[in-house]
Order: sequence, then structure tokens, then C-alpha cells
Amino acid sequence: MTQSIDENAAELSKDFSEASVRERLEFLLEFSENLPELPSRYADHPDLLERVEECQSPVYLFVEVDRNVVRTFFSAPAESPTTRGFAGILSSLLDGRSVADVLSFSDDYPDTLGLAEAVSPLRLRGMRAMLFRLKRQVLEKQSDTIS
Amino acid sequence: MPVATDPKAKFAEYAHPEVLVSVEWLAENLQNPDVVIVESDEDVLLYEVGHIPGSVKIDWHVDLNDPVTRNYIDGEAFKALMERSGISRDTTIVVYGDKSNWWAAYALWVFKLFGHADVRLLDGGRQAWIESGKGLTREVADLQMGSYPIVERDDKTIRAFRDDVLKHFGNPLLDIRSPQEYSGERTHMPDYPQEGALRGGHIPTAVSVPWARAVNEDQTFKTREDLDAIYLGEKGLAADQSVIAYCRIGERSSHSWFVLKYLLGFENVRNYDGSWTEWGNLVGVPIHKGEDAGEVPVLKN
Repeated sequence: MTQSIDENAAELSKDFSEASVRERLEFLLEFSENLPELPSRYADHPDLLERVEECQSPVYLFVEVDRNVVRTFFSAPAESPTTRGFAGILSSLLDGRSVADVLSFSDDYPDTLGLAEAVSPLRLRGMRAMLFRLKRQVLEKQSDTIS
Repeated sequence: MPVATDPKAKFAEYAHPEVLVSVEWLAENLQNPDVVIVESDEDVLLYEVGHIPGSVKIDWHVDLNDPVTRNYIDGEAFKALMERSGISRDTTIVVYGDKSNWWAAYALWVFKLFGHADVRLLDGGRQAWIESGKGLTREVADLQMGSYPIVERDDKTIRAFRDDVLKHFGNPLLDIRSPQEYSGERTHMPDYPQEGALRGGHIPTAVSVPWARAVNEDQTFKTREDLDAIYLGEKGLAADQSVIAYCRIGERSSHSWFVLKYLLGFENVRNYDGSWTEWGNLVGVPIHKGEDAGEVPVLKN
């Protein structure tokens, strides 16, 4: 990964916010379609995943912390492309980053993409909730590693 | 020229057979220049994933709600929306969507606030089309601009506000949320915590008929006989009564509103779109908790 998380995030929010509303939806759909599949160790164990209750569609996430590197895993049905798109954006920015990078990532980042206009502020809350839960899991798992 | 009604035998039993179309009817009318197909979903990206050929997307958040006031768009914005969607005043609109047509019924209800004459639902919605194997496309059709007048929104005939509900006590109120929301065990719908309210319960005297009772497992509407058994038989409603339906934000109740109004022929049924997100948070109005309907409240001025 050559770009820092901040550069990556700033570039993405620039791409989104400079695009037309229709293009923003197309970008979001690309993220939805490129959301990585769950590895079998989670696909076969849905009980390990945490449900993001704030999202209207069933979306689950799980975080691994291994030697200071964060791995993110998401699962959301194909009939919920908006939710998958939110997950895809977070995955592309946060997967493989350091614990410090993820924890200092702005909680308000979802608001910088210009998506409120394209998908409505209410729906966008689901992305904030995903980010919140993801960071909380990182905090919990980081302390597990230390102890 | 008016577009012919779907002659399907199931529809003929309803009070207004002309408001539903089947997948087969729609497939035959894809090229009909007098018909515009509208997709309206909960998930704002589903249309982009694939839609019925020739259809246009209308989203309730982005297109039908006013961005500033908690209200629907006005006549001018509606004219612009209709025209860019290729709809004229005499167009036959067929709406379909996900989740058993929740949002499709909601869009239909908003179109009716503006008095659009011919709006129909695709029985079974998006799922029925997909299951028929007729296929979706990602291609967005080139639309010919419609020509639409500026129509003033009619907020009296099929829409109820909180003051209308206060005056309505003594007449039937229909709560179509989940049983847990009705009893007050939950302040939000299962899976929808962001649309909560300060208090849990229901509007006093409202009877509980969760919206999903009106549909079959395949998301199509139940037959006239089955619907009569629920709303008239079990709940004791009569088609000449004045009824107000509500849910949480008015979308599931527009689905039940559609059932009462068009499938069962209730003349005077209104949707209270403020619903529980308003009533459950409103200062000075009574609620009732528990599984029973509760009594007509004594209101203080």
C-alpha cells in the first residue's frame, strides 16, 4: 500500500463529491460489487460476526487484529446493494491498515462523500454505525492482544 | 386511450380490479407508449443493479420528500419529477418495488395526493418479476419528456395529520406495525432502530393488523376472500367507515391503505404519514401500552 490512509480517504471523498449524483450511485454500486467475499472461516461461522443493528438490511462485520494490522470482514446480501456499497468503501479504506490508523480515522468520514444527497441522510447513518462498530471491535481486540 | 385492465381472475374479485397488473400483463405492455413503469425501493441502489426494461426510478427519500420540510414535494417539484420521468397527466403508471411493494405503494399514495388518475401496482413487485425469469436490465431508457400540469397537492382526502387523528377518536384506527411495536415492547420496528420514538405503544383504540398479513409468501396480495376475512371478519371493519391507518413513517401503512381503498373498496380511508415517529414523540398526546386497544382518551385542551 503506497498511499497513506488519509491520502486514500481524501482522494475517495474528492472523487465522490465532485461526481454527479448519478455517478456517485455508480461508484457506490462498484464498491458494492467489489466487496470481498467472506473467507470460509467466517462464511461457515456466521455466529462469529456482529450484526450492525443500525442498518436496515442485514449486515454483519468482523474485525481481526494481528500484529497491529487490522483486517475487516463484511457480509451483506446482494439485495442490499447500498449497504454492501458502504461496507465496500470502509473495507477499501481500512482493511490492512494499522490499529492507530483505523482508530484515528474520522467518525464523520461518511459525511464527506456527498452521499447524503444521493442516498439520503437517513440511509447514510448505517455507514456511520458500521464504522463505529468496527472501531469498537478494533479497540476490544487490541486490548485482547496486549493482555 | 385508456390502457386496458389486466383481466386476471384474481383481480376481478377486488373492489377496483384496475389497480393491479400481473407480470404477464406488464411483459405484454413493455412497449406500450401510454404506460410508464416506475421502480420504487427501500434500497436506493437496487434499480442500478437491474430493473424492468424501460422502467424509471423514483426514490421516496430523494425524489418524493421535500429536502427541508418534513413533507412531500409541492406541485411544481412534482411536475418536474413527472416530466423527467416521461410521465404525462394521462399516462398509466405501473409501480413496482422491493419488500412486497412497500415503497411502491408509498409512491402510489403520493401520486394520488396529486390526483394522478391511473396508477397501478405490479402484484408481487420486483420479486415476482425476477422469479418469472423475464430478466432485468441495467440500461436506462431514453425517455421522452412528459408534459405535466402544476397540481396542488390534496392533503385532505387520503392523508391525515395529527389533528385529524385527535378528531378521529371513536372511529377505527389501524396500527399496522409489528406486534412488539404495538404493545410498546419496542420503540422501533425490528431491524430499524434509527427510526425510533421516545415512547412505545400505540394510539389509543387503534387495532393491530401488521401490514404483512395482506400479502402471501410470494409477496403478491392475498385474495379478496382472505382479505375480507382479516379486515372485515376478524377486525370488524366495514367499508363505509372512516378509517385512518398509520405505521412508523407512513410507508407500510400506505401499503395497508392501498388494500383497504382499492382491494376492499373503503371509500374513506386515510394514511397518517406522521405515524409513530410523530405521535410517539409528540408533546401532550396520549398513548396506550399493551396488547389491548385501549379506551377513547379524554382530551384536555
